[in-house]
Amino acid sequence: MKRHKETQSRYRVTGCCCAALMFFQDLSGAHSSVEPATPQAGRIANLWWVMFYVSVAVLALVTAALIYAVFRRRSAREQTAPVDLSPNTNRERKATRAAAVALAVTIAILFVLLGLSFTTGRAVSFLSNESPLEIKAVGHRWWWEFQYVDPVPSRGFITANELRLPQGRQIVLTLTSNDVIHSFWAPNLMGKKDLIPGQESRLIFRPEKQGVFRGQCAEFCGFQHAQMGFLVLVESDGDFSDWYNHESQQAVQPSNDSEKRGRQVFLSSTCVMCHTIGGTPANSNIGPPLTHLASRTSIAAATLTNSRENLAKWVTDSQKIKPGNRMPPNVLGPENLDDLLNYLTSLK
Amino acid sequence: MREGILLFPRPARRSPPALRLRVVGMGALALLIFQAACKREERGFRVQPPSASAAEGSRMTDFQPGPRTPESPVKNEYEDNAYALSEGKRLFQEYNCSGCHFNGGGGIGPALMDDEWLYGDKPENIFETIVEGRPNGMPSFRGKVPDYQVWQLVAYVRSLSGQVGSNAAPGRSDHMQTSSPEQSRPRESPKLSGKPR
Repeated sequence: MKRHKETQSRYRVTGCCCAALMFFQDLSGAHSSVEPATPQAGRIANLWWVMFYVSVAVLALVTAALIYAVFRRRSAREQTAPVDLSPNTNRERKATRAAAVALAVTIAILFVLLGLSFTTGRAVSFLSNESPLEIKAVGHRWWWEFQYVDPVPSRGFITANELRLPQGRQIVLTLTSNDVIHSFWAPNLMGKKDLIPGQESRLIFRPEKQGVFRGQCAEFCGFQHAQMGFLVLVESDGDFSDWYNHESQQAVQPSNDSEKRGRQVFLSSTCVMCHTIGGTPANSNIGPPLTHLASRTSIAAATLTNSRENLAKWVTDSQKIKPGNRMPPNVLGPENLDDLLNYLTSLK
Repeated sequence: MREGILLFPRPARRSPPALRLRVVGMGALALLIFQAACKREERGFRVQPPSASAAEGSRMTDFQPGPRTPESPVKNEYEDNAYALSEGKRLFQEYNCSGCHFNGGGGIGPALMDDEWLYGDKPENIFETIVEGRPNGMPSFRGKVPDYQVWQLVAYVRSLSGQVGSNAAPGRSDHMQTSSPEQSRPRESPKLSGKPR
């Protein structure tokens, strides 16, 4: 218990430090609204900088006024002298004028910022509509489902927690949720938008910078809300279509005996109740699809890197890593686990 | 001496000891009451569920040679746990129980919200029914569903006919529901028909 408390307070301290550092770290991060990768995020970043500098100027002025007032205190003689409370029209008028000017300036600044915010909002929500790539994002507790809609239905596919996008092409992201309200927020790409069960909303943007960016659920959705992340990989057109063609294939066949046994373990245990592996009888859509699991860089909604070791930890006791998540702990013998991991890591 | 304006004027005199005692007593009582309010249902994510062996050896019928030996009832703790019951409700949809039992109303499979139980109404009977499967359509989920989830399903299945406490049973659905919520179902008194349809 004591240990637990110590850990908790350590977390709290770390948390505070992180919060303090975040502002500075974020400036050069893959999860940052001031390093835009789309024209829309660029508009948002500009608005942020305008608001930032205006706020800094206001803060500096107010602080200066405060410091002036502190240092221009009454002298010792003034303090002991009897207070004169008789009306002084001249002084009153001066004070009123000063307050009115300050109020007018405040209102003017707020209206200018309101106007800027409005024009940014308009610029962000309109984009010319030329051959967009349509993707449907579905929020789950606690992972992201991305459905690539293809004109040829058999070529469409579903992937999880990793959104790959071609550079320079317009993206139409249709957002909805399977359970509770989530929010799609990849600050380098666009402002956030809620995923609402039973309703579809759209997010349109055009990534113009290659790179890996991080996104995060931005609407509290339960135990693992904080760990509900995703990655956005913006690639060149060629790389993207290679990946796209590969993703629309079925899963690779097991190449050796161990992988074959691993597939058997997968199909005859609890895995098959929730996951899909294309080309096998496993065809459930409750958990993330695993057809091309090994080609993803992270597992558990961008919480762990996709390594054999992490996969083993996740399969056997995911509740230790993300308490309350939907994956049950699985008791598998050492050989079975080994075979299963061989099979899963072969799913390129 | 000139009287200055005090921001926090001092009280004229202290309150009498009896009054102070009463205030302290009331405070202590309030604290005690708040303490009682701290008791909260636990959401155990790594707790041991009632073990599968609890269901083993349950009888399918009361009919037996010689005198009837009483059975020790199996207690399913999940029946008093709102989180476990709501998980059961979610799994009932996700594992496609609803595909045949239609939200408990019955269709392809028998109804679960009435008083009729073909294979027993006790938690251990329902556990066995899910794990073993039953003739004429009920599939066996052995090895496919972890024990604790089966117990969550068992608790939920019993809530469909009002067998569990209304303070723990689900009060609403995520989706449209035409029947009354599990929480306010009348408690059916189970009868065994013993005649599989």
